[in-house]
Amino acid sequence: MKPKDLPEKELRPVVNESGIEVKPLYTAADVEASGGAGMIGLPGQYPFTRGIHSMMYRKQPWTMRQYTGFGNAADTNRRFHYLIANGQTGLNVAFDLPTQCGLDSDDPLAEGEVGRVGMAVDTLRDFETAFEGVDLERITVSLTINGAAAILIAMYLAMAEKRGYDLAKLRGTAQNDILKEFVGRGTWVYPVEPSIRLVGDTIEYCAQHAPKYSPVSVCGYHMRESGADPAQEMAYAFCIAKAYADDVIRRGLPVDEFAGRLSFNFNCFGNLFEQVAKFRAGRSLWARIMREQYGAVQPGSMWMRMIAGGGGGGLTFEQPELNIVRGAYYALICALAGTQTMALCCYDEAYTIPSEYAQRISLRTMQLLIEEMGLTDTVDPLGGSYYVETLTNQMRARMEAIMTEVDAQGGIVKLIAEGAIQARVSAQAYRRQRDIDAGSLRKVGVNCYRTEDKTPEMEFHPYKEEDARARVQALERVRAERDALRVQAVLARVQADARSGANLMPAIMEAAKAYASVGEITAVLAGVFGRYREPVRF
Amino acid sequence: MSQGKRVKVVLAKPGLDGHDQGAKVVARALMDAGFEVIYTGLRQTPEAIARIALEEDADVIALSSMAGSHLPACRKLKPLLEQAGLGDKLWVIGGNLPARDHDALRALGFKGIFPSSSRLEDIVNFIRTNAP
Repeated sequence: MKPKDLPEKELRPVVNESGIEVKPLYTAADVEASGGAGMIGLPGQYPFTRGIHSMMYRKQPWTMRQYTGFGNAADTNRRFHYLIANGQTGLNVAFDLPTQCGLDSDDPLAEGEVGRVGMAVDTLRDFETAFEGVDLERITVSLTINGAAAILIAMYLAMAEKRGYDLAKLRGTAQNDILKEFVGRGTWVYPVEPSIRLVGDTIEYCAQHAPKYSPVSVCGYHMRESGADPAQEMAYAFCIAKAYADDVIRRGLPVDEFAGRLSFNFNCFGNLFEQVAKFRAGRSLWARIMREQYGAVQPGSMWMRMIAGGGGGGLTFEQPELNIVRGAYYALICALAGTQTMALCCYDEAYTIPSEYAQRISLRTMQLLIEEMGLTDTVDPLGGSYYVETLTNQMRARMEAIMTEVDAQGGIVKLIAEGAIQARVSAQAYRRQRDIDAGSLRKVGVNCYRTEDKTPEMEFHPYKEEDARARVQALERVRAERDALRVQAVLARVQADARSGANLMPAIMEAAKAYASVGEITAVLAGVFGRYREPVRF
Repeated sequence: MSQGKRVKVVLAKPGLDGHDQGAKVVARALMDAGFEVIYTGLRQTPEAIARIALEEDADVIALSSMAGSHLPACRKLKPLLEQAGLGDKLWVIGGNLPARDHDALRALGFKGIFPSSSRLEDIVNFIRTNAP
């Protein structure tokens, strides 16, 4: 039978990654059957399906915030200025693994890793160097840090204060989502409960002292990378965001005093329409959760503000130049989905931390959407599409079902502490890899359209042992120059506050200002909290 | 190898890298292939890896490295494995391993090198063929 004679019921079935069957054609009847048009609304109005602002990009395009950082603070500072000179509008700081794990550059466990995948930070001195010449009012800074987040937020605020900025007006973001680190990425330090307390401390402190600073960016992103499907990615992120909100509310802080500064970080690889529907659905679901479950009144408290544009799991080693094209589609997805900020993954990301050249291509990709493709002209251009609205309703229902299931199983904190979420997503990652190996999940250049042509040579980010040694010497100098008695006193206060249950941020701020190091502060906290022991489940 | 004994693989994540999705996927594939797999979890020092491999009487020592520190980690691990009498076991490594490092890894004693995007079947077959 020729394809044109094929009856509709014999078409190959299409089921998206979230488990929703995709029809060959959608009409108004499908929107109706999936729950109707009641949740569509208008941009800038509850439930914000179409966007959190009424005019969205027509007023201001998304912030462009490429992930950057390597070596020492001076190298990173130069790259920051390069990106700003090329039109980047925000910074997104990468830290090396010792910093992320709360270790100093001279820790034996840091050997071979100092400055390798991000900037090494030991003390406030490094932050002073890294942000030299950057106007922190014009360029907002996002810190990609989790296990050591409370310390690095304190260092950032201390650095800004020292430079004369008013903390009451200072904007910026920290990733500071420790619960997802237990699921994917793994830069945890302390056990689960004190880790949540530290996140709560940063939220509470910022609400009181730096109310425009976003202390948390809850990440679906890494759970998706670890094997979650798109609906799970968002549902788990919301469960985690609720766990942080609950911690802060238990302290007596009203929801409208902090919820407006919660933000999110999502992945975007996969089916374009499923992704756009995921973001639109998530926006309305989060608004409903905040209004109905938490009694939020301020619209800002209901906004699912987000950064998106990364999708490392979708990039390939094979034919890496195709990753430039994938990146362009990712940017398109995020623009169609109404993201606030984009950090687009670079084509060499499957190999190395991005080169200057690769970062400029990503930056230009976003600029091209703005300048040439009309993506900032009209708000939510896919709104009203029968397909997208149906899928948005269906994705929302899937996310709600997953959240209900998590709650029925004892809640996200329990499931993560036991390793149950880890086991679930890693089983899915295995199935996905088997489907790719078998060719049933198509990856261009991997299991179809392979080429024997030689892959263009990748430029790898160099790692120099002598740079790591210089870092250790710089840290030794700071230790020699600082007021040792003052350091001792502030570290004692950190320890006392960790024990008493007081908010740790004032003490950590003092410690940062005294040039106590990341490793020293972490060691004091770990002395009180203990260290996390990973439940190895997969 | 002697009949009846299952091939035992100690799969380790050296260093501070927390990207363990690949390691867990490979662990499942090896178990499905009938191997016994001991996965160490994250942040293992070379000393810990050598100790676990010895205690578990591993036939295969497999590393997963995604964040670029594979050469320093393997340089430290090699003498420790040899001192533990594990020099005749099969050493393999997978992850983000640029081609220009493969010769150095081979020279350090890693017979199987599986950069990201390797097929699970190829990893399983290699271990089945080469395990002592």
